[in-house]
Amino acid sequence: MFKVAYFPGCSLSSTAKEYDVATRLVCEDLEIELVEVPEWVCCGATTAHITSELTAAVLPARSLIWAEKHNMTITSPCSACFSRLKMAQLNLEKYPGLKKEAEEILGETYSGKGEVLHLTRVMLERYGVDNIKAKLKKQLKGLKIACYYGCLMTRPAEVCENDRVEDPMLMDNLVSALGAQAVKWSYKTECCGAAFSLTKTEIVRKLSGDILKEAKASGAELIMVACPLCHSNLDARQPEISKLLKAELNIPVLYFTQVIGLALGYGYLDLMLNKHFIDPAPLLKAKGIL
Amino acid sequence: MDNKVPQLNIVGFLCNWCSYAGADMTGLGRNTYPSNIKVIRIPCTGRMDPMMIIEAFHNGADGVLVSGCHPGDCHYTEGNYYWRRRYPHLKSLLEHFGIDKRRFHASWVSASEGKKFAEVVKKVTAEVKDWRDNG
Amino acid sequence: MARIGVFVCHCGTNIAGVVDVTRVAKYAGSLPGVKVAVDYKFMCSDPGQNTIIDAIKKYGLDRLVVSACSPRMHEATFRRTAERAGINPYMVEMANIREHVAWVHSDDKELATQKAMKLMEMAVAKVRRSEALSKMFAPIEKRALVIGGGIAGIQAALDIAGAGYKVLLVEKEPSIGGRMAQLDKTFPTLDCSACILTPKMVAAAQDPNITLLTYAEVTEVCGFVGQFEVKIKKKAKSVNSKCIGCGVCTTKCPSKKALSEFDEKLAPRKAIYTPFPQAVPNVPVIDRTACTFFLTGKCKICEKVCPTGAIDYTQQDEFIKEKFGAVVVATGFDIYDHSNYGEYGYGEIKDVITGLQFERLISSTGPTAGHVTRPSDHREVKNVVFIQCVGSRDEAKKRPYCSRVCCMYTAKQAMLLKDHYPETQAYVFYIDIRSAGKNYEEFVQRAQNEYGVLYLRGRVSKIYERANKLLVKGADTLSGAQVEIEADLVVLANGFEPKKGAKEFAQLFHMSSDQYGFYNELHPKLAPVETAISGVFVAGCCQSPKDIPDTVAMASATAAKVCALFAKEKLEVEPLIAGVNQLTCSGCETCYNVCPYSAIEMKDKEVKRGEVRHVAEVLESVCKGCGACVGACYSKAVDLKGFTDRQVLDQVETATAPITDN
Repeated sequence: MFKVAYFPGCSLSSTAKEYDVATRLVCEDLEIELVEVPEWVCCGATTAHITSELTAAVLPARSLIWAEKHNMTITSPCSACFSRLKMAQLNLEKYPGLKKEAEEILGETYSGKGEVLHLTRVMLERYGVDNIKAKLKKQLKGLKIACYYGCLMTRPAEVCENDRVEDPMLMDNLVSALGAQAVKWSYKTECCGAAFSLTKTEIVRKLSGDILKEAKASGAELIMVACPLCHSNLDARQPEISKLLKAELNIPVLYFTQVIGLALGYGYLDLMLNKHFIDPAPLLKAKGIL
Repeated sequence: MDNKVPQLNIVGFLCNWCSYAGADMTGLGRNTYPSNIKVIRIPCTGRMDPMMIIEAFHNGADGVLVSGCHPGDCHYTEGNYYWRRRYPHLKSLLEHFGIDKRRFHASWVSASEGKKFAEVVKKVTAEVKDWRDNG
Repeated sequence: MARIGVFVCHCGTNIAGVVDVTRVAKYAGSLPGVKVAVDYKFMCSDPGQNTIIDAIKKYGLDRLVVSACSPRMHEATFRRTAERAGINPYMVEMANIREHVAWVHSDDKELATQKAMKLMEMAVAKVRRSEALSKMFAPIEKRALVIGGGIAGIQAALDIAGAGYKVLLVEKEPSIGGRMAQLDKTFPTLDCSACILTPKMVAAAQDPNITLLTYAEVTEVCGFVGQFEVKIKKKAKSVNSKCIGCGVCTTKCPSKKALSEFDEKLAPRKAIYTPFPQAVPNVPVIDRTACTFFLTGKCKICEKVCPTGAIDYTQQDEFIKEKFGAVVVATGFDIYDHSNYGEYGYGEIKDVITGLQFERLISSTGPTAGHVTRPSDHREVKNVVFIQCVGSRDEAKKRPYCSRVCCMYTAKQAMLLKDHYPETQAYVFYIDIRSAGKNYEEFVQRAQNEYGVLYLRGRVSKIYERANKLLVKGADTLSGAQVEIEADLVVLANGFEPKKGAKEFAQLFHMSSDQYGFYNELHPKLAPVETAISGVFVAGCCQSPKDIPDTVAMASATAAKVCALFAKEKLEVEPLIAGVNQLTCSGCETCYNVCPYSAIEMKDKEVKRGEVRHVAEVLESVCKGCGACVGACYSKAVDLKGFTDRQVLDQVETATAPITDN
């Protein structure tokens, strides 16, 4: 059995509940055991790492130490959580003073050897696209998908170890394996505006608008993502962006585990597809997938 | 490491075509290294007679470095291959004699690797110093 | 008893700024056998050398130590000085207190001075054991080999041939011409590249002293200056000497599998082909990896249409071995492969092309007959963005060096574009403009002022493909603004890098290369076309990126060096060779087996009266003085002149002894 330490993060218990549900459902089918880090705490995203180096290291360190103790790779489906875990690991290694302080606070020692990977790499690289392919119940024929990776999954390049930082192919390869078509487009790793969603919404409308426009122009019928924040910007903000652009975008945005779920035969409510602002049902029905 | 390591004597045998020229390049690039090494120019590492190294230690040298062209780059086609075969034998023989392995080194430095020569000398000097200071 | 003079050089402040030279000279004076020790500002200068000569005469010296720079720099100089004063030139030793002391130990003057004293003392110890050696001479094969048929090789061959010496010009491709043949126009005069190159190609082909060998490669080299023995592979052309170059075969060949190397893979080429219409020699070759007959056993159309019966499918690769006195290496360069640039699309965006591809597009002999259209959909272009420094001045891509020609060729290409299509707009992203050269800066100014090429100082962060356009995003660091340009075509100014296989080629000659793979010249300033291998010279971009005038100048310089070598009756060679003491030789043949030059002969010889033994003997004209035999001899019967066991052991002994300086 393939086993990993699972750090769902806060979004997956609230705005991105459907990501969590779909991920657990799919992983059970694929026999990937997700061992949730017990009593995990906030990764510290945005607030901690811009205010306190120590807090930004201590918060993820707790989960890192647990995973290391249990000899597991730790993964998060959220790009921001992944980024925080990974950066904390690097900073603890780089700054011995910081490490000492963190260890004192936590009362435990940390070797820094454990592996931190984003969920896409665990499922699509370690477990492998081919192994997923072997378990599929149906092919998503005729569906044109734009894979959107965002920034935190791929950057900084030397940390995320992505061989093609400007044009990642991991999810694109999955799409092909599922029988759908991955469109070629240039905006795979552009910034969606992220947390500016609440403070400077106009920036997000512009940046996410560019991404949506390009996806549409490249012929995609659906956008596939692997980050709850990207999702909320592309999906929840889509109606207002459409209004701004004076064009009906109407392009559903699904999590990659939801898309795998469809190919494993799960239905609309199983995968909580009803939670999306842009309802994917008409598209999926038209393609004969639902 | 600090370039000033007093009272340490290292003899360096450098082949004329690669390592000696490389050491000249170190100078052209003004890269510094500890001054303990005294260089003897030889035409090729294939000319190295083990006797010269034994004699150096016998006379009280703290360390010896032999450096030549990278394998495949020998000016005389194959001289450095002879040295490459001779080196490990001599090294184990010297260890048998009680010469600590930190004292005897070989390296490949090409005519363009001025920086590398400085690094090699620093490393060799540090190892010989480690032997002297820590036994 | 030896009478030694020690001469300590200040080298201006190069040495004297770090080393206490008077103390070195004073210490030298205290050493046994040293009759005189002086220091002087510049020993290598005329008055410096005269100081030495005067001292030799005044003190009756018989050997010298010069404490100065590297012997690789000035050993020959001081040997000549000794000779002028009537001393055997091999009674001179140098102590390298500049490169090996002053320049590398400037952080501690006391330790540097002590080391300088020691190195000088070691040289004194060595010179005490020096012996007078007599000059040796070797014959010179007065025929040159020029490797690479680009403008550098062609120029070198023409100049050597012009002096009356025979030249073999070897080229890997089916035609000579090289990179210059691919160019449309040349900067800063905008004259047509082919118009100035093809006459030279023809001249090379017609020169009675030049033999052309195209589609051939050097595979093996042995020997040395004056006597290189070179093995050359003549690749099977599948076309024999009956060919008259009518070109019917090429027209009729049905295969379109291969892409034209000459057109930078922008167009297909036939399986039987000449790289370009003006090829010299105008004889096609069959590319067997693309030929239908060689792949399937059927076709033979070329054979059917050939009017002279020149097609020969049975031809085999052929090897020839020839002797040369000197070699000019002019193997050229490759352009940087931008598939490492993710931000420019990993080399996968069809309308992001290299500068060399642009040359082919705008050239009237190119695949589009000079129409600049997009490779993806053949549409004409309106906005063209040029990006400089691709694979140059980029630490992240391990190419920190400047390729020297890209600023100029980008300006040229932008001007040509405007010349052909006045309604287009050209943008150039640059880091700095490097236009050092006669009329070069004026040329770039013209591009900006007369042609309206828009220069933006900054890097491009990303190229996006968007609805049949390329969106180029970058920064204009002068205005501080972000720039977005919708372009039809992006032209990268790819830098130069060493030719693929440059490293393996260097090993044939034991030439050294720099960290990137460009060949090293012997001295960066004073011996820019020589290599560490005597008799092997370098010209053109295999040594470092450069433009056509510099390449041509360098090629002519190599020719001058070759001619100077050939003008000598015979070659003076260093007598620093091995010698056998046959009285102690045990005849074990170890030296015979290790000698890389087969310079040892085993002979049955009367070594003492009435005692005939099997002993080794050194063939003096063949020995190169590597000393492999000396290192290997069990009975210490072989020794190496100039580096004798006794000399090295005395150096070792001195090196390990303390300085007795009061």
